[in-house]
Amino acid sequence: MSGFSALLRRELRLALAHGGEMLTLVLFFVIVGAITPFAVGPDQALLARIAPGIVWIAAFLAMLLGLGRLFGPDHEDGTLTLLRLAELPLAAAVAAKVIVHWLTAALPLVLATPILALLLAMDGETLGRTMVSLLVGTPALAGFGAVGAAVTLAARRGGLLAPILIAPLSVPVLIFGVGAVSPSGGPDQAWTALLLLAALSLMAAALSPLVAALALAWGEE
Amino acid sequence: MTQRQVFPPLSLHLRALACGRGGMVLVEGLELVVPAGTGLLLRGPNGAGKSTLLMTLAGLIPPLGGAVELAGQDGEAGPAIHYCGHRNAVRPRLGVAETLAFWTAVNGASGLGVADALERVGLARQARLDAGHLSAGQQRRLALARLLVTARPVWLLDEPTAALDAEGHGLLEAMLAEHLAAGGLAVVATHETLDLAGLRTLDLGATA
Repeated sequence: MSGFSALLRRELRLALAHGGEMLTLVLFFVIVGAITPFAVGPDQALLARIAPGIVWIAAFLAMLLGLGRLFGPDHEDGTLTLLRLAELPLAAAVAAKVIVHWLTAALPLVLATPILALLLAMDGETLGRTMVSLLVGTPALAGFGAVGAAVTLAARRGGLLAPILIAPLSVPVLIFGVGAVSPSGGPDQAWTALLLLAALSLMAAALSPLVAALALAWGEE
Repeated sequence: MTQRQVFPPLSLHLRALACGRGGMVLVEGLELVVPAGTGLLLRGPNGAGKSTLLMTLAGLIPPLGGAVELAGQDGEAGPAIHYCGHRNAVRPRLGVAETLAFWTAVNGASGLGVADALERVGLARQARLDAGHLSAGQQRRLALARLLVTARPVWLLDEPTAALDAEGHGLLEAMLAEHLAAGGLAVVATHETLDLAGLRTLDLGATA
Protein backbone atom coordinates (compact mmCIF):
# COMPACT_ATOMS: atom_id res chain seq x y z
CA MET A 1 0.00 0.00 0.00
CA SER A 2 2.95 2.32 0.56
CA GLY A 3 3.69 2.12 -3.15
CA PHE A 4 0.17 3.32 -3.91
CA SER A 5 0.44 6.33 -1.63
CA ALA A 6 3.94 7.07 -2.92
CA LEU A 7 2.57 7.15 -6.46
CA LEU A 8 -0.34 9.36 -5.34
CA ARG A 9 2.15 11.76 -3.76
CA ARG A 10 4.39 11.77 -6.83
CA GLU A 11 1.51 12.46 -9.20
CA LEU A 12 0.18 15.26 -7.01
CA ARG A 13 3.64 16.78 -6.72
CA LEU A 14 4.07 16.73 -10.49
CA ALA A 15 0.59 18.13 -11.11
CA LEU A 16 1.17 20.97 -8.66
CA ALA A 17 4.67 21.62 -10.04
CA HIS A 18 3.01 22.05 -13.43
CA GLY A 19 0.26 24.19 -11.89
CA GLY A 20 -0.07 26.18 -15.09
CA GLU A 21 -1.72 23.23 -16.80
CA MET A 22 -4.36 23.04 -14.11
CA LEU A 23 -5.06 26.74 -14.53
CA THR A 24 -5.32 26.27 -18.30
CA LEU A 25 -8.10 23.72 -17.83
CA VAL A 26 -10.02 26.00 -15.50
CA LEU A 27 -9.61 28.94 -17.87
CA PHE A 28 -10.80 26.84 -20.80
CA PHE A 29 -13.80 25.73 -18.74
CA VAL A 30 -14.70 29.31 -17.88
CA ILE A 31 -14.15 30.57 -21.43
CA VAL A 32 -16.54 28.01 -22.93
CA GLY A 33 -19.19 29.28 -20.53
CA ALA A 34 -18.28 32.92 -21.09
CA ILE A 35 -18.67 32.85 -24.87
CA THR A 36 -22.01 31.02 -24.77
CA PRO A 37 -24.13 34.13 -24.00
CA PHE A 38 -22.57 35.83 -27.02
CA ALA A 39 -23.37 32.87 -29.24
CA VAL A 40 -26.99 32.29 -28.16
CA GLY A 41 -27.93 35.90 -27.50
CA PRO A 42 -28.80 37.78 -24.30
CA ASP A 43 -32.02 35.91 -23.53
CA GLN A 44 -31.68 35.33 -19.79
CA ALA A 45 -34.47 32.76 -19.55
CA LEU A 46 -33.00 30.70 -22.37
CA LEU A 47 -29.49 30.96 -20.86
CA ALA A 48 -30.69 29.86 -17.45
CA ARG A 49 -32.45 26.89 -19.01
CA ILE A 50 -29.42 25.63 -20.95
CA ALA A 51 -26.84 26.62 -18.34
CA PRO A 52 -26.44 23.14 -16.74
CA GLY A 53 -25.90 21.64 -20.18
CA ILE A 54 -23.27 24.25 -21.04
CA VAL A 55 -21.46 23.61 -17.77
CA TRP A 56 -21.39 19.87 -18.40
CA ILE A 57 -20.15 20.32 -21.97
CA ALA A 58 -17.44 22.69 -20.76
CA ALA A 59 -16.38 20.21 -18.06
CA PHE A 60 -16.32 17.33 -20.54
CA LEU A 61 -14.13 19.28 -22.99
CA ALA A 62 -11.81 20.62 -20.31
CA MET A 63 -11.24 17.14 -18.91
CA LEU A 64 -10.39 15.87 -22.41
CA LEU A 65 -7.70 18.55 -22.57
CA GLY A 66 -6.08 17.20 -19.43
CA LEU A 67 -5.89 13.60 -20.66
CA GLY A 68 -2.62 14.04 -22.55
CA ARG A 69 -0.56 14.32 -19.41
CA LEU A 70 -2.13 11.24 -17.79
CA PHE A 71 0.17 8.63 -19.36
CA GLY A 72 2.08 10.54 -22.06
CA PRO A 73 5.08 11.81 -20.08
CA ASP A 74 5.48 8.53 -18.18
CA HIS A 75 5.37 6.65 -21.46
CA GLU A 76 8.07 8.82 -22.98
CA ASP A 77 10.57 8.72 -20.14
CA GLY A 78 10.27 4.99 -19.47
CA THR A 79 8.48 5.26 -16.12
CA LEU A 80 5.54 3.26 -17.45
CA THR A 81 7.82 0.39 -18.47
CA LEU A 82 9.23 0.22 -14.96
CA LEU A 83 5.78 0.44 -13.38
CA ARG A 84 4.91 -2.71 -15.30
CA LEU A 85 7.73 -4.51 -13.48
CA ALA A 86 6.96 -2.94 -10.10
CA GLU A 87 5.71 -4.70 -7.04
CA LEU A 88 2.70 -2.41 -7.14
CA PRO A 89 0.20 -3.89 -9.64
CA LEU A 90 -0.15 -1.80 -12.78
CA ALA A 91 -3.90 -1.46 -12.22
CA ALA A 92 -3.23 0.07 -8.79
CA ALA A 93 -0.77 2.48 -10.38
CA VAL A 94 -3.39 3.45 -12.95
CA ALA A 95 -5.97 3.88 -10.18
CA ALA A 96 -3.65 6.29 -8.38
CA LYS A 97 -3.16 8.24 -11.59
CA VAL A 98 -6.90 8.41 -12.26
CA ILE A 99 -7.54 9.67 -8.73
CA VAL A 100 -4.98 12.45 -9.17
CA HIS A 101 -6.34 13.19 -12.64
CA TRP A 102 -9.76 13.71 -11.07
CA LEU A 103 -8.33 15.84 -8.25
CA THR A 104 -6.40 18.09 -10.63
CA ALA A 105 -8.60 18.13 -13.74
CA ALA A 106 -12.15 17.78 -12.38
CA LEU A 107 -12.25 19.16 -8.85
CA PRO A 108 -10.94 22.61 -9.89
CA LEU A 109 -13.72 22.75 -12.48
CA VAL A 110 -16.37 21.99 -9.87
CA LEU A 111 -14.92 24.76 -7.72
CA ALA A 112 -14.96 27.17 -10.67
CA THR A 113 -18.61 26.46 -11.48
CA PRO A 114 -19.91 29.51 -9.49
CA ILE A 115 -18.10 31.74 -12.00
CA LEU A 116 -20.01 30.09 -14.83
CA ALA A 117 -23.24 30.37 -12.85
CA LEU A 118 -22.74 34.11 -12.80
CA LEU A 119 -22.06 34.29 -16.52
CA LEU A 120 -24.99 32.06 -17.42
CA ALA A 121 -27.63 33.62 -15.16
CA MET A 122 -27.98 30.47 -13.06
CA ASP A 123 -29.90 30.74 -9.81
CA GLY A 124 -28.49 29.54 -6.51
CA GLU A 125 -30.43 26.31 -6.33
CA THR A 126 -29.46 25.23 -9.85
CA LEU A 127 -25.84 26.08 -9.09
CA GLY A 128 -25.92 23.81 -6.06
CA ARG A 129 -27.47 20.96 -8.03
CA THR A 130 -25.00 21.42 -10.89
CA MET A 131 -22.03 21.25 -8.53
CA VAL A 132 -23.40 18.09 -6.91
CA SER A 133 -24.02 16.45 -10.26
CA LEU A 134 -20.51 17.40 -11.43
CA LEU A 135 -19.02 15.99 -8.22
CA VAL A 136 -20.89 12.73 -8.68
CA GLY A 137 -20.44 12.42 -12.43
CA THR A 138 -16.89 13.59 -13.21
CA PRO A 139 -15.23 10.44 -11.74
CA ALA A 140 -16.92 8.54 -14.57
CA LEU A 141 -15.48 10.97 -17.12
CA ALA A 142 -12.02 10.57 -15.53
CA GLY A 143 -12.29 6.78 -15.65
CA PHE A 144 -13.48 6.61 -19.25
CA GLY A 145 -10.86 9.18 -20.19
CA ALA A 146 -8.12 7.03 -18.68
CA VAL A 147 -9.25 4.05 -20.75
CA GLY A 148 -9.26 6.16 -23.91
CA ALA A 149 -5.82 7.62 -23.13
CA ALA A 150 -4.39 4.16 -22.42
CA VAL A 151 -5.79 2.59 -25.59
CA THR A 152 -4.52 5.39 -27.81
CA LEU A 153 -1.14 5.77 -26.09
CA ALA A 154 0.70 3.54 -28.55
CA ALA A 155 -0.94 5.13 -31.57
CA ARG A 156 0.71 8.18 -32.97
CA ARG A 157 -1.54 11.23 -32.89
CA GLY A 158 -3.45 9.42 -30.16
CA GLY A 159 -4.39 12.78 -28.72
CA LEU A 160 -6.94 13.19 -31.47
CA LEU A 161 -8.15 9.62 -31.35
CA ALA A 162 -8.91 9.45 -27.64
CA PRO A 163 -11.88 11.89 -27.70
CA ILE A 164 -13.52 9.86 -30.48
CA LEU A 165 -13.28 6.74 -28.33
CA ILE A 166 -14.41 8.48 -25.17
CA ALA A 167 -17.33 10.46 -26.57
CA PRO A 168 -19.80 7.54 -26.90
CA LEU A 169 -18.92 6.32 -23.40
CA SER A 170 -19.47 9.79 -22.01
CA VAL A 171 -22.90 10.31 -23.54
CA PRO A 172 -24.78 8.63 -20.64
CA VAL A 173 -22.75 10.69 -18.16
CA LEU A 174 -23.84 13.91 -19.87
CA ILE A 175 -27.46 12.78 -20.13
CA PHE A 176 -27.78 11.83 -16.46
CA GLY A 177 -25.54 14.70 -15.37
CA VAL A 178 -27.85 17.29 -16.89
CA GLY A 179 -30.90 15.20 -15.97
CA ALA A 180 -29.92 15.44 -12.32
CA VAL A 181 -29.96 19.24 -12.53
CA SER A 182 -32.92 20.13 -14.71
CA PRO A 183 -35.14 17.08 -15.02
CA SER A 184 -37.92 17.14 -17.55
CA GLY A 185 -40.11 14.96 -15.29
CA GLY A 186 -39.89 16.49 -11.80
CA PRO A 187 -37.70 16.06 -8.73
CA ASP A 188 -38.15 12.26 -8.58
CA GLN A 189 -36.47 11.96 -11.92
CA ALA A 190 -33.62 14.18 -10.78
CA TRP A 191 -32.92 11.83 -7.90
CA THR A 192 -33.00 8.80 -10.21
CA ALA A 193 -30.64 10.51 -12.63
CA LEU A 194 -28.24 11.32 -9.80
CA LEU A 195 -28.27 7.69 -8.64
CA LEU A 196 -27.59 6.46 -12.17
CA LEU A 197 -24.79 9.00 -12.43
CA ALA A 198 -23.30 7.65 -9.21
CA ALA A 199 -23.62 4.12 -10.58
CA LEU A 200 -21.71 5.14 -13.71
CA SER A 201 -18.97 6.71 -11.63
CA LEU A 202 -18.65 3.70 -9.35
CA MET A 203 -18.52 1.37 -12.33
CA ALA A 204 -15.88 3.51 -14.04
CA ALA A 205 -13.84 3.76 -10.84
CA ALA A 206 -13.89 -0.01 -10.38
CA LEU A 207 -13.32 -1.14 -13.97
CA SER A 208 -11.35 1.58 -15.72
CA PRO A 209 -8.02 0.98 -13.87
CA LEU A 210 -8.14 -2.70 -14.85
CA VAL A 211 -9.06 -2.01 -18.46
CA ALA A 212 -6.56 0.83 -18.81
CA ALA A 213 -3.78 -1.30 -17.25
CA LEU A 214 -4.53 -4.08 -19.71
CA ALA A 215 -4.40 -1.64 -22.60
CA LEU A 216 -1.10 -0.20 -21.36
CA ALA A 217 0.49 -3.64 -20.99
CA TRP A 218 -0.57 -4.61 -24.50
CA GLY A 219 0.06 -1.36 -26.22
CA GLU A 220 3.35 -0.29 -24.69
CA GLU A 221 5.62 -2.73 -26.45
CA MET B 1 29.36 -1.21 2.90
CA THR B 2 26.01 -2.67 3.80
CA GLN B 3 25.48 -6.40 3.93
CA ARG B 4 23.89 -7.62 0.70
CA GLN B 5 21.28 -10.30 0.93
CA VAL B 6 22.06 -13.58 -0.80
CA PHE B 7 19.53 -14.55 -3.40
CA PRO B 8 17.91 -17.97 -3.76
CA PRO B 9 19.52 -19.93 -6.59
CA LEU B 10 17.56 -18.80 -9.64
CA SER B 11 18.37 -19.57 -13.20
CA LEU B 12 17.06 -18.06 -16.38
CA HIS B 13 16.14 -20.59 -19.07
CA LEU B 14 15.64 -19.62 -22.69
CA ARG B 15 13.91 -22.39 -24.60
CA ALA B 16 13.90 -22.16 -28.38
CA LEU B 17 13.29 -18.47 -27.90
CA ALA B 18 12.42 -16.31 -30.87
CA CYS B 19 11.85 -12.61 -30.56
CA GLY B 20 11.48 -9.61 -32.80
CA ARG B 21 9.82 -6.28 -33.27
CA GLY B 22 7.00 -5.23 -35.56
CA GLY B 23 6.68 -8.69 -37.13
CA MET B 24 10.40 -8.92 -37.97
CA VAL B 25 12.17 -11.88 -36.37
CA LEU B 26 15.53 -10.80 -34.98
CA VAL B 27 16.59 -13.73 -32.84
CA GLU B 28 15.55 -17.33 -33.39
CA GLY B 29 16.01 -20.71 -31.74
CA LEU B 30 17.88 -19.42 -28.71
CA GLU B 31 18.63 -22.23 -26.21
CA LEU B 32 20.44 -20.92 -23.20
CA VAL B 33 20.69 -21.17 -19.44
CA VAL B 34 21.97 -18.34 -17.28
CA PRO B 35 22.65 -19.87 -13.85
CA ALA B 36 22.75 -17.95 -10.58
CA GLY B 37 25.95 -16.03 -9.99
CA THR B 38 26.78 -15.62 -13.66
CA GLY B 39 26.27 -12.94 -16.22
CA LEU B 40 25.53 -12.98 -19.91
CA LEU B 41 26.98 -10.32 -22.12
CA LEU B 42 24.95 -9.54 -25.23
CA ARG B 43 26.94 -8.28 -28.15
CA GLY B 44 26.13 -7.53 -31.72
CA PRO B 45 25.83 -4.69 -34.21
CA ASN B 46 23.05 -2.10 -33.99
CA GLY B 47 19.74 -3.67 -34.80
CA ALA B 48 20.88 -7.21 -33.99
CA GLY B 49 18.10 -7.53 -31.42
CA LYS B 50 19.91 -6.97 -28.13
CA SER B 51 17.30 -4.59 -26.71
CA THR B 52 14.47 -6.69 -28.11
CA LEU B 53 15.87 -9.80 -26.42
CA LEU B 54 16.19 -7.94 -23.12
CA MET B 55 12.63 -6.66 -23.32
CA THR B 56 11.41 -10.17 -24.14
CA LEU B 57 13.33 -11.56 -21.15
CA ALA B 58 11.76 -8.89 -18.97
CA GLY B 59 8.32 -9.93 -20.21
CA LEU B 60 7.66 -6.47 -21.61
CA ILE B 61 7.01 -7.84 -25.10
CA PRO B 62 5.75 -11.35 -25.78
CA PRO B 63 8.18 -13.80 -27.43
CA LEU B 64 7.44 -14.75 -31.02
CA GLY B 65 8.19 -18.36 -30.17
CA GLY B 66 9.62 -20.51 -27.41
CA ALA B 67 9.61 -19.49 -23.78
CA VAL B 68 11.52 -17.70 -21.05
CA GLU B 69 11.46 -19.38 -17.67
CA LEU B 70 12.82 -18.35 -14.35
CA ALA B 71 13.55 -21.59 -12.50
CA GLY B 72 13.72 -21.72 -8.73
CA GLN B 73 11.53 -18.68 -8.18
CA ASP B 74 9.48 -18.45 -5.04
CA GLY B 75 5.97 -17.57 -6.16
CA GLU B 76 5.45 -15.35 -3.12
CA ALA B 77 8.59 -13.33 -3.62
CA GLY B 78 7.15 -10.75 -5.99
CA PRO B 79 8.83 -9.46 -9.14
CA ALA B 80 12.36 -10.82 -9.57
CA ILE B 81 13.50 -8.69 -12.47
CA HIS B 82 15.16 -5.30 -12.63
CA TYR B 83 15.06 -3.84 -16.11
CA CYS B 84 17.19 -0.85 -16.93
CA GLY B 85 16.50 0.40 -20.43
CA HIS B 86 17.65 3.29 -22.56
CA ARG B 87 15.24 5.63 -20.88
CA ASN B 88 16.13 6.53 -17.33
CA ALA B 89 12.62 7.22 -16.02
CA VAL B 90 13.97 10.37 -14.38
CA ARG B 91 11.44 13.18 -14.26
CA PRO B 92 12.28 16.87 -13.95
CA ARG B 93 10.58 18.72 -11.07
CA LEU B 94 11.15 15.78 -8.73
CA GLY B 95 14.18 15.73 -6.45
CA VAL B 96 16.95 13.16 -6.83
CA ALA B 97 16.38 11.57 -3.42
CA GLU B 98 12.64 11.95 -3.90
CA THR B 99 12.78 10.00 -7.18
CA LEU B 100 14.72 7.19 -5.56
CA ALA B 101 12.43 7.13 -2.52
CA PHE B 102 9.47 6.85 -4.87
CA TRP B 103 10.94 3.80 -6.61
CA THR B 104 11.82 2.29 -3.25
CA ALA B 105 8.18 2.55 -2.20
CA VAL B 106 6.85 1.21 -5.48
CA ASN B 107 9.32 -1.67 -5.85
CA GLY B 108 9.83 -2.58 -2.20
CA ALA B 109 12.60 -1.55 0.19
CA SER B 110 14.65 -4.73 0.21
CA GLY B 111 18.07 -3.25 -0.57
CA LEU B 112 20.13 -0.27 0.44
CA GLY B 113 18.58 2.84 1.94
CA VAL B 114 18.08 5.85 -0.31
CA ALA B 115 20.99 7.85 1.14
CA ASP B 116 23.37 4.87 0.98
CA ALA B 117 22.41 4.09 -2.61
CA LEU B 118 22.96 7.70 -3.68
CA GLU B 119 26.31 7.69 -1.89
CA ARG B 120 27.24 4.53 -3.75
CA VAL B 121 26.50 5.93 -7.21
CA GLY B 122 28.14 9.24 -6.37
CA LEU B 123 25.05 11.42 -6.19
CA ALA B 124 25.08 12.14 -2.45
CA ARG B 125 25.79 15.83 -3.01
CA GLN B 126 22.95 16.14 -5.52
CA ALA B 127 20.35 14.44 -3.29
CA ARG B 128 18.19 17.54 -2.94
CA LEU B 129 18.63 18.74 -6.49
CA ASP B 130 15.85 18.75 -9.08
CA ALA B 131 16.45 15.55 -11.09
CA GLY B 132 15.89 17.52 -14.30
CA HIS B 133 19.13 19.39 -13.63
CA LEU B 134 21.26 16.24 -13.64
CA SER B 135 23.57 15.56 -16.58
CA ALA B 136 22.92 12.54 -18.78
CA GLY B 137 25.56 10.52 -16.94
CA GLN B 138 24.18 11.52 -13.56
CA GLN B 139 20.67 10.53 -14.65
CA ARG B 140 22.04 7.15 -15.64
CA ARG B 141 23.65 6.86 -12.20
CA LEU B 142 20.29 7.62 -10.63
CA ALA B 143 18.73 4.88 -12.77
CA LEU B 144 21.43 2.47 -11.56
CA ALA B 145 20.76 3.47 -7.94
CA ARG B 146 17.28 2.04 -8.45
CA LEU B 147 18.89 -1.40 -8.79
CA LEU B 148 20.43 -0.98 -5.34
CA VAL B 149 17.40 0.13 -3.29
CA THR B 150 15.37 -2.95 -4.20
CA ALA B 151 17.16 -6.29 -4.12
CA ARG B 152 16.06 -8.38 -7.09
CA PRO B 153 17.98 -11.40 -8.35
CA VAL B 154 17.73 -10.74 -12.09
CA TRP B 155 19.23 -7.64 -13.68
CA LEU B 156 18.53 -6.91 -17.32
CA LEU B 157 20.64 -3.95 -18.37
CA ASP B 158 20.45 -2.31 -21.76
CA GLU B 159 23.67 -0.44 -22.50
CA PRO B 160 24.10 0.57 -18.86
CA THR B 161 27.38 2.34 -19.54
CA ALA B 162 25.84 4.82 -21.97
CA ALA B 163 26.77 8.37 -20.93
CA LEU B 164 28.83 7.10 -17.98
CA ASP B 165 32.40 8.29 -17.42
CA ALA B 166 35.34 5.98 -16.65
CA GLU B 167 34.61 6.13 -12.94
CA GLY B 168 30.97 5.26 -13.60
CA HIS B 169 32.10 2.38 -15.77
CA GLY B 170 34.11 1.07 -12.82
CA LEU B 171 31.13 1.59 -10.53
CA LEU B 172 28.93 -0.51 -12.79
CA GLU B 173 31.54 -3.29 -12.90
CA ALA B 174 31.74 -3.25 -9.11
CA MET B 175 27.94 -3.29 -8.77
CA LEU B 176 27.69 -6.23 -11.18
CA ALA B 177 30.50 -8.14 -9.45
CA GLU B 178 28.76 -7.71 -6.10
CA HIS B 179 25.42 -8.68 -7.56
CA LEU B 180 26.81 -11.88 -9.07
CA ALA B 181 28.71 -12.69 -5.87
CA ALA B 182 25.43 -12.43 -3.95
CA GLY B 183 23.97 -15.12 -6.21
CA GLY B 184 22.16 -12.82 -8.61
CA LEU B 185 22.29 -13.09 -12.36
CA ALA B 186 22.53 -10.48 -15.05
CA VAL B 187 22.07 -10.07 -18.77
CA VAL B 188 23.86 -7.01 -20.09
CA ALA B 189 23.78 -5.59 -23.59
CA THR B 190 26.78 -3.41 -24.21
CA HIS B 191 29.32 -2.36 -26.83
CA GLU B 192 32.00 -1.81 -24.23
CA THR B 193 34.19 -4.29 -22.41
CA LEU B 194 33.26 -5.29 -18.89
CA ASP B 195 36.07 -6.64 -16.76
CA LEU B 196 34.23 -9.26 -14.74
CA ALA B 197 34.57 -12.89 -13.73
CA GLY B 198 31.71 -15.26 -14.53
CA LEU B 199 30.66 -13.52 -17.73
CA ARG B 200 29.69 -15.36 -20.87
CA THR B 201 29.22 -13.66 -24.20
CA LEU B 202 26.42 -14.18 -26.67
CA ASP B 203 27.11 -12.65 -30.04
CA LEU B 204 23.77 -11.91 -31.66
CA GLY B 205 25.37 -10.89 -34.92
CA ALA B 206 26.53 -14.50 -35.28
CA THR B 207 23.19 -16.17 -34.57
CA ALA B 208 21.07 -13.86 -36.67
